[in-house]
Amino acid sequence: MSYITKSPWIIHYDGSSCNGCDIEVLACLTPLYDLERFGIVNTGNPKHADVFLITGGINEQSRAVVKNTYEQMPDPKVVVAVGICATSGGVFRECYNIMGGVDTVIPVDVYVPGCAARPESIIDGVVRALGILEAKRAKMAEQEGKKQ
Amino acid sequence: MIEEIIFAIGFIILAPFIGALIGGIDRKVTARMQGRVGPPVLQPLYDIFKLFEKEKAVVRNEVNFYIFSYLIFVVFTGALFFSGGDILLVIFALTLAHAFLILGAYAAVSPYSHVGAERELLQLMAVEPMLILAATGFYMATGSFAVKDIALWPEPVVLTIPLIFVGIVYVLTIKLRKSPFDLATTHHAHQELVKGLTTEFAGPTLGMVEIAHLYETVFFLGIVWLFFASMPWVGLAAVIVVYFLEILVDNTTTRVRWQVMLRSAWLVALVAGAINLGVLALL
Repeated sequence: MSYITKSPWIIHYDGSSCNGCDIEVLACLTPLYDLERFGIVNTGNPKHADVFLITGGINEQSRAVVKNTYEQMPDPKVVVAVGICATSGGVFRECYNIMGGVDTVIPVDVYVPGCAARPESIIDGVVRALGILEAKRAKMAEQEGKKQ
Repeated sequence: MIEEIIFAIGFIILAPFIGALIGGIDRKVTARMQGRVGPPVLQPLYDIFKLFEKEKAVVRNEVNFYIFSYLIFVVFTGALFFSGGDILLVIFALTLAHAFLILGAYAAVSPYSHVGAERELLQLMAVEPMLILAATGFYMATGSFAVKDIALWPEPVVLTIPLIFVGIVYVLTIKLRKSPFDLATTHHAHQELVKGLTTEFAGPTLGMVEIAHLYETVFFLGIVWLFFASMPWVGLAAVIVVYFLEILVDNTTTRVRWQVMLRSAWLVALVAGAINLGVLALL
């Protein structure tokens, strides 16, 4: 029995998006969608988080921040790229300062397209991420067992 | 003697579950107040179990020692209280527990953690006078510092020290880490100053802090109950009403500055405590 899928805490970071996807992430936590009923809490602290929701394409300035935030999260962790900019760079793909999608900096587990991504699809993305999170936890527990 | 040990062991085993249930109902009621559905009632337990599944990431190993000591002393405080020990010793053990929590936050070198630790120190400063006055009030009402004697006092102590009860309910908001006095860290993860005191704690370390919080909740509600100990059911009703008030205040107020917290807590301690004790001394 695993509890990680019952209590995934999220942290969200706005890479360099227009804030459209970012406010949709926050809309998920408002009374209309109420993500807390799944035990999801918005932490704002990478050390407490399990799910990293990231919006917007990554540019030269936000690259270090994204990498640092990702590295501070304790395992098991998953990354969800929210919005078309986060998945591939979107219309900003050709800009000189844009690296591209989130996967150019850190490994991404779930891609949620849309401009802006609707709360329904964000929730769907997070729920799919939970499956991956559980698989990662199982793998981690297995490795832990091998060590001993 | 046997009875006391049974009460202490009963507290150690049952308190986390009761605390989690109270926490879960708290989150459910909070959600309903905000027009949401809210998480399952057992959500605090799920959170803690999850934290123990996570990687053991810690900034410095001392942190784990301090946080473990915090947990142990909080458990000791509650066990001493529920086995009918000396209420002064209970208060000192609680202070020591929080000193360990603050040391833990200072040991994790991070500016956010330090700000949280300083705020926790201020909270401790704000609460301590009222707790000491409450112990004095219990003594003046019943002639004994032992929780057992206070609990077996034939009439409700609250009739003798009503103002001290008000003061305790006031500082309870600080101790339960509820708004408007949730300066050091909140139980729910808000984003101001990341997470205060617990910023640098992850996985099992944070889990220990959460478990300690469950013990603390039960212990503080036990103090509220002690004011009505001669009528246990009235005491239970009082605990429910007080906790509901805490949730209501939590949801209807915003965080205040530490100056307001410290001044108001000391003012309440001075006015409520001093008037009540003064009247008792004159009678």
